[in-house]
Amino acid sequence: MTALTLHDFPGGLSLPPNKAQQTAQPISTLALPDRVWVPLLQHRGKLSRPCVKRGDKVGLGSVIGLADGAFSANVHATIAGTVGRIESRVIAHRSGLSAPCVEILADREQAQDFAAPLDTDFRLVDPNILRQRVADAGIVGLGGASFPTALKLTAEADQSLHTLVLNGAECAPYISCDEMLMRERAGDIMRGAQSMLHILQINRCMIALEEDKVLAIDAMQQALEDLSDSRFTLCLVHAKYPEGGERQLIQVLSGKEIPSDGLPVDIGYLCHNVGTAAAVFDLFATGRPLTSRIVTVCGDGVAQPQNVIAPFGTSIQSLLDHAGGLLPGSHRLIVGGPMMGFTVDSTDVPIDKGCNCILVMPEENARQLNDTMPCIRCGECETVCPASLLPQQLYYHARSSHLERLPDFHLFDCIECGCCDYVCPSNLPLTQYFRYAKDELWFRSQQQARSNQARERYEQREQRLLRQQQERDAARAERQQATRDAKQKQSDILAAVARAKARKKGDSS
Amino acid sequence: MIAAPHIRRARSVRAIMYEVSLALVPAALAHVWFFGPGLLLNTLIAACVALACEAFMLTLRGQPRQPYLQDGSALLAAVLIAFALPPLTPWWVTATAAAFAMIVAKHLYGGLGFNTFNPAMAGYAVVLVSFPTELALWTQPRGEHDALSWLHTLHVTFTGALPDDLSWDHITRATPLDSVQTGLTQGAMLSELLLDPRLSAYGGHPWITINVLIAIGGVWLVFRRLISWHIPIGVIGGVVLSALAGRMIDSDAYSPVFFHLLSGSVMLAAFFIATDPVSAATSRRGKLLYALGIGVLIYSIRAWGSYPDGVAFAVLFMNMLVPLIDHFTIPRAYGHAR
Repeated sequence: MTALTLHDFPGGLSLPPNKAQQTAQPISTLALPDRVWVPLLQHRGKLSRPCVKRGDKVGLGSVIGLADGAFSANVHATIAGTVGRIESRVIAHRSGLSAPCVEILADREQAQDFAAPLDTDFRLVDPNILRQRVADAGIVGLGGASFPTALKLTAEADQSLHTLVLNGAECAPYISCDEMLMRERAGDIMRGAQSMLHILQINRCMIALEEDKVLAIDAMQQALEDLSDSRFTLCLVHAKYPEGGERQLIQVLSGKEIPSDGLPVDIGYLCHNVGTAAAVFDLFATGRPLTSRIVTVCGDGVAQPQNVIAPFGTSIQSLLDHAGGLLPGSHRLIVGGPMMGFTVDSTDVPIDKGCNCILVMPEENARQLNDTMPCIRCGECETVCPASLLPQQLYYHARSSHLERLPDFHLFDCIECGCCDYVCPSNLPLTQYFRYAKDELWFRSQQQARSNQARERYEQREQRLLRQQQERDAARAERQQATRDAKQKQSDILAAVARAKARKKGDSS
Repeated sequence: MIAAPHIRRARSVRAIMYEVSLALVPAALAHVWFFGPGLLLNTLIAACVALACEAFMLTLRGQPRQPYLQDGSALLAAVLIAFALPPLTPWWVTATAAAFAMIVAKHLYGGLGFNTFNPAMAGYAVVLVSFPTELALWTQPRGEHDALSWLHTLHVTFTGALPDDLSWDHITRATPLDSVQTGLTQGAMLSELLLDPRLSAYGGHPWITINVLIAIGGVWLVFRRLISWHIPIGVIGGVVLSALAGRMIDSDAYSPVFFHLLSGSVMLAAFFIATDPVSAATSRRGKLLYALGIGVLIYSIRAWGSYPDGVAFAVLFMNMLVPLIDHFTIPRAYGHAR
C-alpha cells in the first residue's frame, strides 16, 4: 500500500456505526420468491418502456423494460417465470410515487436468459462494445443514487480524466452491504474495476474504504496482492459521515473541490461504488445482467439483522421474513440509512436497484418531531455542514418564505445529508425545509419558464399578425397604385388618341 | 412519510441552557464566599421575576407556556443579570432588570430565538443608566471584613436600609476598575494606584479568583462544544490587543492587560454573554468579527468612556451590527470560487 496524504472535508459527524450485528454472519441468499413485482423505474432518469406482455415466458435476465430516452436503463426479469399483470404500484421512492411494475410468477425451473459471457480477455475488446454491454445489462450505480453506469463510463471525450475512485466508504450507520461485499468478493470487485479502467482508458484506481473496517481491509489487501496490479491504491479514510458522498470522498482523496455546477470528471475523477464494479465483473464473467443486489436488513426491530442477496422486485416483507421477521413493538420502516433514508408505509413495496438497506427502528428510538423549539442560532448546524453552508440562515429564509433569497445562501449545494438535523438542539426538520424549498424554487422556475414561453409565443403571434397586416396593406396599396397607374395610362392613351384625332381633324379641314 | 434523519444527537435547547448555567456554579460559589449571599438572592429575585414575566408574555402572545418556561433560557438570563449586579442591589432594581430583559428585549422581539439584543445585557443596561447610585456600591470582599450574612443581605436588599450595626463605609467600596478610573481622572499615576494591594495583587484578589473560575467554566463549555471558541477568543483577543496598544501609547495611563482581563466582567462576557447564540453573529468568521468588536469596545468604553466597565454596552452595540456582519460573512460554500 502506498503512503498517501489524505485531506479532510469541512463539517461532518462521527456517528455511532451500529453495524456489528448485521456483519456478524456472511451474506445470505434469499429463497426463490413466488413472485416479484419488478419496477420499471429503478434508475435516475426516464422510465423504461415495457417490452413484454401478460403471459409471456421470461428467463432470468430477459429484458422486460427497454431504456427509453436520456438517462434511462434496461430492466431485466429478476426471476424466471411467466409475466403476470403490468400495473402501477407504489415503489420504494422518496416521493411515495407509484410506477409501472411487471409481475413475474416464478417457474419451478429457473431458466437463464443471459447474454454470452466475454470469451476473450476484456483487454482485447473495444471499450465501446464493453460500454454497450454495460448499458444493455441495465447496470446502475449501486451506492444508492442509481445513475446509469454506462453513461458514467463515457469519459474518453474528456481527456482530463485520470483517476477512477472505487467508493467503499460506507459511512452511514447500519448499512453494511458494501463492507460485506468487500469482505467476500474483493477479487471480483477489483477485476470489475480493471475492466472499468479499460473502458475508460485510464491507469489509476483509488479504492477508498474506512479505516475501521478491518476485515474488509484485510480482504481487499489480500486481493490486491493476488492481483498485483500497480494501478490500484488502497486508501484508508477516517470514518466520518458523509464521507461516502462522492464530493466529500474526492475531496478527501484529492484535496480538491468539485465545482458547484460541475461533476467529478471536471477535476479528473470518476467515482463508482464497489458494488457497481462487482456487477460489471459479473456481467463480463457470466453474462449476467443486473437482477439482484445485496440489501442490509437491520435495525433493532429486526430479529436477525443480516445482509441478503435479493432479486429486484422482491417485497420488503419477504426480506424481513428472511431476517427472522419483526420483533414486537411499534416500528418505523425505513428504506436506506438512518440519516437519508425515507419511510415506507407498507412492507408490500418491491425493492429496487437503489435499495441498499431496509432499516426497522422501534418508534421510541427514532427521532420524533413533536418537541421542536425555535432556532436559537447556536450554529452547530454550520459546524457540521459538509457543504460549508449556513443551515440556520437557510432555515430562516425558507420558513419566512423569502425563498428567492435562498440561492444567495447556496441552497442548491445542500446534499441533504441530514447532519444539521442530527445536531440541531431545537430538533428542527432542517433538511425537510431545504428539500421543500428546492422543489418550490424549481417549480417556480418551471412556471416562470412556461410563462416566459407563453409571453414569447404571444409576442411572436402579435408580431406575425402585424407583419401580415402590413404585408396586406402594402399589397393593397400596390394594387391601388397599379390601378391608378393603369387608369392614368388609359387616360393618357385616350388623351393622346383625342389629340391625334383632333390633329387629324385639323389636317383634313 | 417521516423525514430523514431518523436519529438525532440527544441534546436539547433546555440541556444547553441548564449546562451553561451549571458552568457558572463554581464562580457563583466563590462569589458567595467573597461577597456574601447577595448573588444567590439576586438570582432568586431575577429568576422569579423573569419566569413570571415570561409566563405573562407567553400568555399574551398565545404561545404554549410549558415548553418555554422549562427551556432554561429565562433562568440563564436571570443568572447573568445577577452576576452583573452588585450583591446588595435593592430588590426592585433586580426586578426591573429582569422584567425589562424578558418583556422588552425578549418577547417584544418575538421570544426565544428572535431577540436582537442579549436580554440580560439589555436589562442590566437599563438599570445601569437608570439607577447609577444603586449600582455603584459593591460589597467589600471577605478578608478585610467578614462576608455579609443572609440576614444582613435580606435586610439591605428588601428595605434598602442598613441594619443598625453596619454603615455603608464598612461594607462597601468601589470595584478595582472603578477605583482605577476614578484615580486616573483625578490625575493619579497608574503606577501609584496599582501599588494598592487590593488592585495589584493578581493572585489573591477575589475578582481574579472569580474570573478564573468563570473562564474554567467557559473552557468546559467550549470543550463540550456548547459554545464555539470563536467568540471567547475574539472577545479576549480584542481586549488584549487594545490593552497592549494602550500600554504602548502610555503605560502610566492605561492599565495592564491582565488587569483588564481579570478585574471586570471580560471573562463573563467572553464565555457567557457574547456567546448568547441568538443575538450573536451566525458564521464562524462572523462570530470572530462580532467578538473582536465587543473586545475592542469594552476596552474603549473603559479607557475613554464614563463607565468603568463596558461589557453591556459593547455587547448591545455589536448586537445591532449582527445583521450587517452576517451579510458580509456568508461562508464560501463547497465547490464555489474563492
